[in-house]
Amino acid sequence: MEPLIQISAIGAPLRLANVNTDQLFPARFIKKPRAVGYAQYLFHDIRRTDAGDINPNFPLNDAKFETAQILFAGANFGSGSSREGAVYALYDSGFRALFAPSFGEIFAANCLKNGVLTARLDQEKIQSIQEALDLAQEPRISVDVDQECITLPSGEVVTFSLDPFQKHCLMNGLNEIDLSLQFNDEITAFEENHRKTYPWTAL
Amino acid sequence: MPSTLFDKIWTPHVVTDRGDESLLYVDRVLLQENSFHAFDKIRREGRTVRNPDQAFGFSDHYVPTRNRELGVDGIRDPEIRNMVELITSDTATYGIKLFGLGHDYQGILHVVGPEFGITQPGLVIAGADSHTSTHGALGAYAFGIGSSEVAHVLATQTLWRSKPKTLRVTISGERKAGVSSKDLILFLIRTIGSGGAVGYAVEYSGDTIDELSVEARMTVCNMSIEAGARAGLIAPDQKVFDYMRGKPMAPKGPQWEQAITYWQTLKTEPGSVFDREVQIEASEIAPQVTWGTNPEMVADVTGSVPDPNAEKDPERKSRMTRALEYMGLHANQAIQSISLDRVFIGSCTNSRIEDLRIVAQVMKGQTCRIPTMIVPGSEQVKRAAESEGLHEIFQLAGAEWLAPGCSMCVGINGDMLVSGERAASTSNRNFEGRQGQGGRTHLVSPAMAAAASITGQFENISSYAEARSWNL
Repeated sequence: MEPLIQISAIGAPLRLANVNTDQLFPARFIKKPRAVGYAQYLFHDIRRTDAGDINPNFPLNDAKFETAQILFAGANFGSGSSREGAVYALYDSGFRALFAPSFGEIFAANCLKNGVLTARLDQEKIQSIQEALDLAQEPRISVDVDQECITLPSGEVVTFSLDPFQKHCLMNGLNEIDLSLQFNDEITAFEENHRKTYPWTAL
Repeated sequence: MPSTLFDKIWTPHVVTDRGDESLLYVDRVLLQENSFHAFDKIRREGRTVRNPDQAFGFSDHYVPTRNRELGVDGIRDPEIRNMVELITSDTATYGIKLFGLGHDYQGILHVVGPEFGITQPGLVIAGADSHTSTHGALGAYAFGIGSSEVAHVLATQTLWRSKPKTLRVTISGERKAGVSSKDLILFLIRTIGSGGAVGYAVEYSGDTIDELSVEARMTVCNMSIEAGARAGLIAPDQKVFDYMRGKPMAPKGPQWEQAITYWQTLKTEPGSVFDREVQIEASEIAPQVTWGTNPEMVADVTGSVPDPNAEKDPERKSRMTRALEYMGLHANQAIQSISLDRVFIGSCTNSRIEDLRIVAQVMKGQTCRIPTMIVPGSEQVKRAAESEGLHEIFQLAGAEWLAPGCSMCVGINGDMLVSGERAASTSNRNFEGRQGQGGRTHLVSPAMAAAASITGQFENISSYAEARSWNL
């Protein structure tokens, strides 16, 4: 996993609440191997009109936000299905940091496993950043994971807070499985005891 | 301090702590065809599967509901066939039991888990599907995970978790005629919102919940995720113990008594403190119908589509406007005036034998006015229904009686709505495009779906004289 320490990139507004993983990555693409590149499937249907044309009103279709790597979205972003393809599609499109008032829990966990930052900001803060991005000629911002802050085009600094473990994993690009296998002896000892205490659960 | 049901499951599963995170021991992990990324990760990183006996594979999302006698050869689309073949070869490679095509217990993972006895009170269960919350109905802590976490469980039998907050939902009082557990959970989501329970493990309690059958409780826990909660739990009682008895993987012999003794302790003690409490009065709940593109967009069947212009919050207003545009509905339109094209009865929410018995009660001697698919949740459900003659009632009414799988709940096996088609569906998600691009989904209970199949529109089933006799 790529470490994420600091990123300077285009930030994009997505003024929608309850964006679900079916919208991020429609189910019919789940069967595609990752090697085909999932960027083409990101927001596949909602970035188009019901007639199937590219919708000019969808923010990521705006040339200004086309290369965005940081997203400011509405509440409950990434709700719904557990499909990790939703995160692969974001990652393959270049996204490394997502901000919203709240996130679907499974989605947020999936992001962390792929080196994508999710951090909560209150609704008012998100809205003011979205407005600033719209107004800026070049909506370039920087996100500092270590300092837990965002610097907006105006130079204004916005802070967020991260769980220390999440921060540690992101900044070191840690493969959690390696990390957890360091506890192998503890797991084995736990398991033996667990099977003795609850023998009917042992398989 | 008195402890909650959730604490009583969480605490004995903590291997070690690190800051706010605990390394949690996972008793069972459930896999489906979409888990191929997890197996790819295991292979790529050169890992082994630590306890293959604690993992279970299911062919459900991509299996066809027709021409099943042809097996995998009956799947014409090569990409869909590949998904069914991948779970077959991946589980074989790592020595994991598969409930695949042709297996006596093939079916939807959240239907088969409980009916095979894989699901038991007190277990920690992680599943490669967000509706793993279903298993909480038996008093397990069960939640959905993505592919990377599936790989983590396969390699380590554990997961890092920060302890969720606790929310108790107490539902009390007698239900109106025609109101099922599906209506209870839709009403709750409508009340607290689709993000209302994010960050919480939900315990459902109260006399209305106690009175529900184990299968009806599964419907409630199933849709916890639609309120944002990864897990929903109900304290196991005698109904659960009776349900468990004799299941293929249920404890046997002296271990059965030992298990029961332990399971009886799995309940929230009086005086326990929850981070949040929600009270619902069951008698106020009418049959529910979703009108929009999110499970919180729900109305009483006797009500009407809300007016976005009455909504003050601009973001909410624009979502409502978009939902009505997508759904082809207009503000203030009566729910009972909506004309339907199709009915889908199935999914991990409502495809169990009790659901099908209710559908049969409503359909008996009637004729389906619109095309109706009935997809049992598993081979066992299918057999039970056929031994009771339910399939004959369905077929006489003109409904299609199909083979088990997820089918049109998620539409990835090829069972789909075509653009513009409007369906009453017993599934769990009414998202844009969920049941097919441009398809319009109204989530309802099995009784409502059956009634809608007969008349082509939503009915106030509470007013049906026979509704009192339905075993809801």
